[in-house]
Amino acid sequence: MNLQIVMLLGQDGITNGAIYALLALSILLVFTVTRILLIPQGEFVAFAALTMAAMQGGTPVRLGWLLLALSAAALVMDSHAAWRRDGRIAVRRGPALGLAYAAGLTALTTLLPLADAGVALQALVTMALIVPLGLALYRVFYQPIAAAHPLVLLIVSIAVHVVLVGVGLLMFGPEGARTEPFSDGGLRLGMVMLNSQTIWVVAVSLALILGLYLFFERSLYGKALRAAAVNRLGAELVGISPELAGKASFALAALIGSLSGILIAPITTIYYDSGFIISLKGFVGAIIGGLASYPVAALGALLIGQAESFSTFWASSYKEVIVFTLILPVLVWRSLSHHGAEDEE
Amino acid sequence: MSAPLLEVTDLCVSYGKIEALSNASLRVGEGQIVTVIGPNGAGKTTLLSAIMGVLPSRGRVSFLGQDGQSPAIQDMVARGMSLVPEKRALFASMSVEDNLRLGGFRFHSRSKREQDAAMEELYVLFPRLKERRGQMAATLSGGERQMLALARALMGGPKLLMLDEPSLGLAPLIVREVFRIIAELRSKGVSILLIEQNARAALRVADYAYVLELGRIAMEGPASQLAHDPRVVAAYLGMAGKHQEMLAS
Amino acid sequence: MKPGVLSKTPAARPTVSMPRLSPSGWILLALLPVLAVAPLVLPTYQVTLANNIGIFALATLGLVLLTGVAGMTSFGQAAFIGVSAYATAYLATVSAADLPGPLAWMAGSPLAGLAVGLVLTLAIATVLGAVTLRLSGHYLPLGTIAWGLSLFYLFGNLEFLGGHTGLSGIPALNLFGIALDNAETLFYLIWAILLLAVVATLNLLDSRVGRAIRALRGGQRMSESMGVDSFRAKMTAFLVAALYAGLAGWLYAYTQRFVSPAPFSLQAGIDFLFMALIGGVGQVWGAVIGAASVTFAKQWLQDLLPHLLGRTGNFEAIVFGLLIVLLMQRLPGGIAGWIAKAFERRRRPTGVADSLELPTAEPLPRRPMPQKGEVVLEAKGVTRRFGGLVANRDISFTVRAGEILAVIGPNGAGKSTLFNQLSCVDHPTSGEILFRGERIDGRTARAMAGAGLSRSFQHVKLLPTMSVLENVAIGAHLRGSKGVAAAALRLDRTEEARLLDEARRQLVRVGLGQYLHVEAGSLALGQQRILEIARALCADPCLLLLDEPAAGLRFLEKQALAELLVKLRSEGMAILLVEHDMDFVMGLVDRVYVMEFGERIAEGPPETIQTNPAVLEAYLGGVE
Repeated sequence: MNLQIVMLLGQDGITNGAIYALLALSILLVFTVTRILLIPQGEFVAFAALTMAAMQGGTPVRLGWLLLALSAAALVMDSHAAWRRDGRIAVRRGPALGLAYAAGLTALTTLLPLADAGVALQALVTMALIVPLGLALYRVFYQPIAAAHPLVLLIVSIAVHVVLVGVGLLMFGPEGARTEPFSDGGLRLGMVMLNSQTIWVVAVSLALILGLYLFFERSLYGKALRAAAVNRLGAELVGISPELAGKASFALAALIGSLSGILIAPITTIYYDSGFIISLKGFVGAIIGGLASYPVAALGALLIGQAESFSTFWASSYKEVIVFTLILPVLVWRSLSHHGAEDEE
Repeated sequence: MSAPLLEVTDLCVSYGKIEALSNASLRVGEGQIVTVIGPNGAGKTTLLSAIMGVLPSRGRVSFLGQDGQSPAIQDMVARGMSLVPEKRALFASMSVEDNLRLGGFRFHSRSKREQDAAMEELYVLFPRLKERRGQMAATLSGGERQMLALARALMGGPKLLMLDEPSLGLAPLIVREVFRIIAELRSKGVSILLIEQNARAALRVADYAYVLELGRIAMEGPASQLAHDPRVVAAYLGMAGKHQEMLAS
Repeated sequence: MKPGVLSKTPAARPTVSMPRLSPSGWILLALLPVLAVAPLVLPTYQVTLANNIGIFALATLGLVLLTGVAGMTSFGQAAFIGVSAYATAYLATVSAADLPGPLAWMAGSPLAGLAVGLVLTLAIATVLGAVTLRLSGHYLPLGTIAWGLSLFYLFGNLEFLGGHTGLSGIPALNLFGIALDNAETLFYLIWAILLLAVVATLNLLDSRVGRAIRALRGGQRMSESMGVDSFRAKMTAFLVAALYAGLAGWLYAYTQRFVSPAPFSLQAGIDFLFMALIGGVGQVWGAVIGAASVTFAKQWLQDLLPHLLGRTGNFEAIVFGLLIVLLMQRLPGGIAGWIAKAFERRRRPTGVADSLELPTAEPLPRRPMPQKGEVVLEAKGVTRRFGGLVANRDISFTVRAGEILAVIGPNGAGKSTLFNQLSCVDHPTSGEILFRGERIDGRTARAMAGAGLSRSFQHVKLLPTMSVLENVAIGAHLRGSKGVAAAALRLDRTEEARLLDEARRQLVRVGLGQYLHVEAGSLALGQQRILEIARALCADPCLLLLDEPAAGLRFLEKQALAELLVKLRSEGMAILLVEHDMDFVMGLVDRVYVMEFGERIAEGPPETIQTNPAVLEAYLGGVE
């Protein structure tokens, strides 16, 4: 174990840790605004990575069909709700536009030769598919039960995750994939060779975190989302609807998730079911943050990345065991500080 | 009196088998301060929640000539009705200024300059809040929090402001200041429906009053008249049937 | 469905009153002949399917108890099955030479496998439970996901457990000379064990321990104040679920004849939860219904969907996921829940005098009561600060046996804070609270429950789906002692009869004797408040603390309540009430203590309070 290896492992740890940190933030955001534990967060990551791979490999991009299906479901549910409320079937502008958008984008991705489009455009198209997917997921699966007991929400999250993994297998097949790195080469820092993708990951992560910070601190819409998390009644009283807040948080989660997927796709081989394990580490970070504090969650996630990296070196087959067993003392510590919380319904 | 801003007719609310509100009728005219007073448990908060549409109810609620309510609070806010609930519902971890800005969220598409102008107007009415604009809402005193809640509700430019027990938990001096501000609001063209346990303070500031007892409107009349009515005292201290010469001592 | 195989239900026409079977009893009666005959008539592959259903149902039964009844979502049931299955498989395949000397006899022995499997599962469950069960809300299921995954990866990585390929070549089960080496014979073993587990669970739920477990979901604060040790109740449910998983693991090993990590993954843990939800997580039979439905549906989907869609793939996952979402949105009670509701609609129990139906029992021992006029409760200079806010300042008063004291005051006066300190939910910053001469400030509510001090709640806290009698019996929890084993084996009947009889006695005392077996949630609010008092009386108290007992009551209900309190007072009870309703208070109590802004502003008999200017000022508001 020399300094070189430590640096290499550290680099690995930071790369993974940065992604886990982003996911931890995303999970916290969704949880504080909606009380939902977004288990399917990992699917945003995996689907983004695999869609990029599909584009680059010239294989058909099937994600559009999922978006189309969910947008159609959202439209039907919306019209049904309108019928129950007003007695007549009305097609509202929002869901109709959503469906049109989904149809358009699906056509685009099926017809256009995206393999030659360059990483930036491919990434944009991928995000353009996944962010509305997040919105649609909220509308179809969660909005009808938005006020239910949090454990019901958790069960639905698990169920949605199961469905998405199944659909993922249909869309992407059982093989794993990797994408092209964004750029070649690297950076020499003393005796350590920094991988270029590592730099991309860290740079984009920092930029994203900064962007989120500015959004929440400076813009009215970001403040509105924070307000919905802080006091739901108060938010409603000033005109912020819980549905709007829910959809916005899901859209952000999808944005963060898809970006994460695009960033790590060149580094790790992603399979249709890899998302869950990745997001679980984000969850550990969020738990370290007590499901409340953003900076602590991010820091915790970074630590998890390092812990994972070093255990891979020392006891590679037990790496998962170590990481998941570590959650337990954290959980105990966290729930001790929340002493007295009850499960009253 | 011109056509009432708010007209409630025979409103009834039941929780399962309990009838929390029976056949309550009231009206608020434009530019009026109307108060509903009564002892604890009389059903005052239930009344407000039912008018807002949050609780299912039977009967008629007509606001600005339009019947019916929506269970979504945002819809009522969009129509011009604003509520300051008993618990204030402030964004405790956010600053005073942020709370106010969010109060104007309804007009989120207007320019920053317009938003700032609206805030400055309110600061004139609430100088204490201006002093504390950068402070976190949770660090304010009880009275200041009440004022912040009021100011935030006003940022939404409501036509009808409904206040749920503004004097709750406040020391008498602060209560006086809060009610002074409430009286001033009338001159700003905001109509007010005030729910209160503190009968004296409410009757001093209001134009018209209703007394709610055990879910029913027991009495109503011009506030100045009710302030000297011994039956109000009886309603509060459980001496139904006993007429005492207990008046404002 | 009412717990208990044999339970007495009120006869529709009160001419003949003899024991009738509960719904579960009928189901068992109907099942036995079917099960006896099934392996003889069905083809082997269907018997195998039935065996799988039986094993899954056993595991799911644990989840019904843990998640459905006790409200703790667990994804780790599959991992526990794995622990036991691996232990069994290891001992079945290891050679005696590889085991240390004194343990060599275990090699190849199925009974040793069972014993070690169960012990190991329970040991691991005890450790994990001690950690996880103290977690609240979300942390609990996340914790189960964490260790479920940990165990799964452990199975796949330990060399002596065969790594990812697992252990194969497990010999056929041979118990006491009987070879259970084919699907048909294993069928009898599996279903016998399953049905015994079902009966044990039904028995457990219909007992003192069962009530403690049933109170976990939505009633913890209430049951703790009656003396129930919630953590212990949670551990009980958790360990019983682990026990069932352990049994399932042993059966699994000897049925499949090989074990690998895959069936014990997190996905499998999710599957079991889905089975419980679909079957009806709140119903014991839901475990069987769920296991059966899901297994059949999976078979059917695996055969049908590829034909329909022309390609292979993991469609069942999608279908089941969507089904669960739909279920949570529309039918959270699952299949069994839906059936139970349909039946209950037709069989709404009426309040026929059921007191005749309970077996008479020897009354429980009572504690010595204080003399009339003796000081029972004393507050001395009680002060409670929250940071800079003084919620209670220097509060002092006494309550004597045979007297009613009311604490009144406007909103925000500090009455709730005071009440919390008197009932030991909170403790004072300074000052003392003495109960029968002993200091109690600083003790916990649970510790006080058995000491003679009982309370009611501002918002009625009871278990709406439990009967009135059972709700009230929770109050007598500390006066019983029979535990899990006695309950499961039905050895607790004498004590149970005494506890239920005490509950019946108190219900008659308060005037609710006709409603013993009615669902508590169907009573009117006034009756529910009186139920709370009956429950408090079951603890044999000499002091009653009542939190706004008249709130929300109609006039006649308030009258009934007042009459009850007068009667209790004449029997020597000390009563303290916090109230807002002046009408109610003034005609009833002996003395009034008035608070405002955390301090006392007046004290004395009702007549003097009503004319006290400071009180008038406080209530009507002073703004001069």
